[in-house]
Amino acid sequence: MPTDCLIEIQNLTFYRGERKIFDDLSLTIPRGQVTAIMGPSGTGKTTLLKLIAGQLKPHAGRILVEGQDVHQLSRTALYQLRQRMGMLFQTGALLTDLTVFENVAFPLREHFKLAEPLLRTLVLMKLEAVGLRGAFDLMPAELSGGMARRVALARASVLDPKMVFYDEPFVGQDPITMGVLVDLIRKLNTSLDLSSILVSHDVNEVLSIADFACVLSEGKIVAQGTAQDLLNSDSEYVRQFIQGLPDGPVPLHYPVKPWADEWSTP
Amino acid sequence: MIFLRYLGSSSLEVLQALGKLAFFVFSVFPALPYSVWRFRLLLKQIYFTGVLSLPIILTAGLFVGMVLGLQGHNILTSFNAEEAVGTMTALSLIRELGPVVAALLFAGRAGSALTAEVGLMKSTEQLSALEMMAVDPMKFVVAPRLLACIITLPMLAMIFIAMGIFGGYLVAVGWLGLDEGAFWAHMNDQVDWHEDVINGLIKAIAFAVLIAIISLYQGYESVPTSEGVSRATTRTVVHASLGVLGLDFILTALMFT
Repeated sequence: MPTDCLIEIQNLTFYRGERKIFDDLSLTIPRGQVTAIMGPSGTGKTTLLKLIAGQLKPHAGRILVEGQDVHQLSRTALYQLRQRMGMLFQTGALLTDLTVFENVAFPLREHFKLAEPLLRTLVLMKLEAVGLRGAFDLMPAELSGGMARRVALARASVLDPKMVFYDEPFVGQDPITMGVLVDLIRKLNTSLDLSSILVSHDVNEVLSIADFACVLSEGKIVAQGTAQDLLNSDSEYVRQFIQGLPDGPVPLHYPVKPWADEWSTP
Repeated sequence: MIFLRYLGSSSLEVLQALGKLAFFVFSVFPALPYSVWRFRLLLKQIYFTGVLSLPIILTAGLFVGMVLGLQGHNILTSFNAEEAVGTMTALSLIRELGPVVAALLFAGRAGSALTAEVGLMKSTEQLSALEMMAVDPMKFVVAPRLLACIITLPMLAMIFIAMGIFGGYLVAVGWLGLDEGAFWAHMNDQVDWHEDVINGLIKAIAFAVLIAIISLYQGYESVPTSEGVSRATTRTVVHASLGVLGLDFILTALMFT
């Protein structure tokens, strides 16, 4: 495995019930960059993150993270690996019975025995980085969606992970919050020397910060490269996705009988 | 043919669910010692499952005891044995009604709340988030709640019994004029510490384990949608209540025959 490769997905096949989500998918995610995984809703982007994090098991193929086969690791080794991962969930997934401060402090309290003043400083620094130091004593129910995601981002980065996964970070955000999140993801990646894996279908925002991007369709990678490569792609599918065209290789209509058959059937 | 296929698939589903339940139980029991160390977490769950169940337990205990006192007095008077009201009330409560009714109320109040809470934690991805922070949800979420139930239900059952005896006393002595000395003396004579009280306590502990496992399993395995959590909560109350009644028969047969 080359040293600049963080995650290597080899011949991954995964089913949900009868439905094949990934079909012999192979992908290499580079270290130290912002990688975007894009695709329409339902293509299995979040599932791919869960597979990489070892929360789901593939039916075939393997996933190597820092050279380790995630699904062959013991529970202890997997948990050690996860301490080097951070994940920002779509909903934020903050623990609802803890304050903002305690949510960010939670991973530190669980894994390290830090003196309270040091822990307080670390947590407040992380909250400062996302602009929410002043909101440290609020409860998650008192936060807006954007604020909750920023707290979740502070929590995801509090253990100084080597890689952070972002699951649809821009969904349902107003333009200002979206801009703040885009900026934060880029800055955190550079200043903390992270590798960021971003799953999203917000094409413009994602392509503005991604060093490397790929597009998923029907369980396979249909295009990959830099943002410019994707913008210049001659694949009809990629063009439809990037330009947001209503019809094309991805049909507007759900599979349906022809009109003539509709009227003739009793 | 269709019937056979249906029978086969439902049997497989039941077996799969039993396998999952067994796996859940085997994962949660090794995690129990950790919850003793997480004392604050445990204390919080004791408050939620125990202290908040007190009003319903106290009220129900009092009324059940009052009814027992009244019915006991009416029946026993026909045999000129009304002094035995105290014994009858105490034995019914300690051996059966205390642990069983307290457990049924506990399943309805605390069990359903546990399922809804864990189910919502699942649907809002909090359980996944814990996993991603390398924190085992079995140790952080499930085990403290199980231990809290094992601690609180026996206490609640004892409180229910005490309130019931007090209710019986109020009716039999305070209202119907039974001699107070006879009420307590008969009870003292007839209630055995080991045979009755300890066995009642064992029943309460067994019911606590059953209710907690069913509630937490249903929440943990619920479909992460509002309908899924609502169905899981209903299943908890139905399965736990029937489970308590079935287990009560087995335990009674083992203890008193």
